[in-house]
Amino acid sequence: MTAQIIPSRTAAETALTEAFASAKAGLPGNRAVARMRDEAFAAFARAGLPHRRIESWHYTDLRALMREALPIAPHPTPQALDALRKEIAGLPAQSLVIVDGVFAPELSGALPAGVKVTSLGAALGRPQVTESLAAVWADAEDAIVDLNAALMQDGVVIEIAPGTKIAEPIHLVYATVAAKPSARFSRSLVRIGAGASVRLNEMSFGQGGRTGQTNNAVILEVGDEAEVGHTLALTDTQPGSVRLETFMVKLGARAKFDSFALITGGGLVRRQIFKLFDGPDANGMLRGVCLLRGREHADTTLFVRHAATGCQGRQTFRYILDEESTGVFQGKIIVARGAQKTDGKMLAKALLLSDQATMNSRPELEIFADDVLCGHGATCGGLNADQLFYLRTRGLTHSEAESLLLEAFANELVDDIGHEGLVKAYRAEVAAWLAARVAP
Amino acid sequence: MLEVKNLNVAIGDKQILNDLNLAVAPGEVAAIMGPNGSGKSTLAYVIAGKEEYEVLSGEVLLNGENVLDLTPDERAAKGLFLAFQYPVEIPGVATMTFLKTALNAQRRQRGEEELPIPEFMKRVKQAAERLDIKPDMLKRALNVGFSGGEKKRMDILQMALLEPSFAILDETDSGLDIDAVRIVAEGVNALRSPTRGFLIITHYPRLLEHIVPDTVHVMAGGRIVRSGGKELAAELEKSGYREYAGESEELV
Repeated sequence: MTAQIIPSRTAAETALTEAFASAKAGLPGNRAVARMRDEAFAAFARAGLPHRRIESWHYTDLRALMREALPIAPHPTPQALDALRKEIAGLPAQSLVIVDGVFAPELSGALPAGVKVTSLGAALGRPQVTESLAAVWADAEDAIVDLNAALMQDGVVIEIAPGTKIAEPIHLVYATVAAKPSARFSRSLVRIGAGASVRLNEMSFGQGGRTGQTNNAVILEVGDEAEVGHTLALTDTQPGSVRLETFMVKLGARAKFDSFALITGGGLVRRQIFKLFDGPDANGMLRGVCLLRGREHADTTLFVRHAATGCQGRQTFRYILDEESTGVFQGKIIVARGAQKTDGKMLAKALLLSDQATMNSRPELEIFADDVLCGHGATCGGLNADQLFYLRTRGLTHSEAESLLLEAFANELVDDIGHEGLVKAYRAEVAAWLAARVAP
Repeated sequence: MLEVKNLNVAIGDKQILNDLNLAVAPGEVAAIMGPNGSGKSTLAYVIAGKEEYEVLSGEVLLNGENVLDLTPDERAAKGLFLAFQYPVEIPGVATMTFLKTALNAQRRQRGEEELPIPEFMKRVKQAAERLDIKPDMLKRALNVGFSGGEKKRMDILQMALLEPSFAILDETDSGLDIDAVRIVAEGVNALRSPTRGFLIITHYPRLLEHIVPDTVHVMAGGRIVRSGGKELAAELEKSGYREYAGESEELV
């Protein structure tokens, strides 16, 4: 007799199954897309919500942490969009607004020549787009990515023509208007043509104390010799919220890519990045700062695959963990057979400000080529006592000295963003987090 | 005015300062010399308020007030300054930002207004020029990637800006070449005034050729074993610390 283990469905998993069944007829896309959604959901249903026995989710047991699945946010009403229009008046130019998972072109600003923007819903019929969305490489086999593929309500498709140069950032703004706590699923595709130079900034707007569940995916294809700066602010996730962010980046030959993310607070944040060096001699930086307090939990998990020769990858992440918060950093660098002259480095540093804070770091290297330069490191500790004493002898109180050191620890990475306005905005977020800190 | 009275200090089970007595009058430049391990740096750290030392008994009076119960920043606001043997690198903190933060932190503690930025800039510029500190250095992170001499000059620049009533220089000459010693000494000499006292800690008499002290104290075994005028430094240059070695062993 063989015993078959059928895991019992959690309430959240059951709710997601029901949500998919009732929502799928109304989700955008042709029959091919509908088939893709079905397959993706079937894959999700087989695996269920990721749990600690799934290696890449070991420290973020989503199955245990996500008790319920909120209903999918209703399509924003024209009245709600009108009300939002007033609120977002202060957003920078070149902002593309996604409201509760749905792209709102009427709220979005004009973009310069060479940039084409469509909603994902409208673009889904185009075979090339469907192909790009489906071409999620093997590393990204993940239940949360599947769930996003099945339930994606909308998103934007941004296409930048080859050679286009835009100095000011294009902002991708995620806004919420739903009155009740709800779930949002968006997927966006950004295609950057060869030799183009752009900057993309992702941020949230108007969470306004609302809890919610977000599952966003952004797929970025960087053409040969293109230069892309990317920033992401996850700074207003509310307590009790679940925020799942997947970022997939494919770099062409000699492309230059630089990404920075700031995570402050929120209930549960999981950010997963799949970075593929697809063409030779590309340069790809991933940096991030994570500031947590209370019982917040934030997880950054990287899969960096070097599939081409001569690429340089840098992964630098810093955490400041206060009170009872938990930080997770997992980074896996995979150097494929033949990806010679790869230069890949990864470093995670954590400052723990309380005995109850926890940091889980797991850097990994998998190297199948023999002529490579790879390294990783992880440190975890408190503030440096000599630095604190030095500052105090100069007149700074204990809390002033701590704040200065913490700010410096975070801003060292912020300052590398390479765009004055963004550096200022991200520095302000760091300062706001520190200002709200209750000195021990 | 600094007075150290019957100071006994330990770290862990080990007593480092033994009934130490010392007085430095306003305007006086006092030098403390002594072999390695005699407790010179401990004395500097205890006066500045480093927490890992245990003060068993005694007093440290700054302008008549016992400062041993004050935090390091409170002592700084009362006019105490310590130039470190090894100034600490602070990555990510621009030197200029740090200088402004420190100066205003002290002013705030004393209930004074923050210094207007143009006035602050003027003072920094003047002090930096005197110490041969390039404007570029002020934009970099504090002490990060600075040479030994640059770090020491940066400490003296801080002293010039903070205008303490009493300054301790802990082995300020260590690791410096002759030119750097001269620049640092000139920086210190420029700050000598009838109201400001100095305690210069060194084990090489060389520094005292550039900063000529009013008094010289020899420290061994955690206490002052001999005091005299500046000629004592020259004497030590010839004789070394050998004759005090016995006291070190006996007491440490």
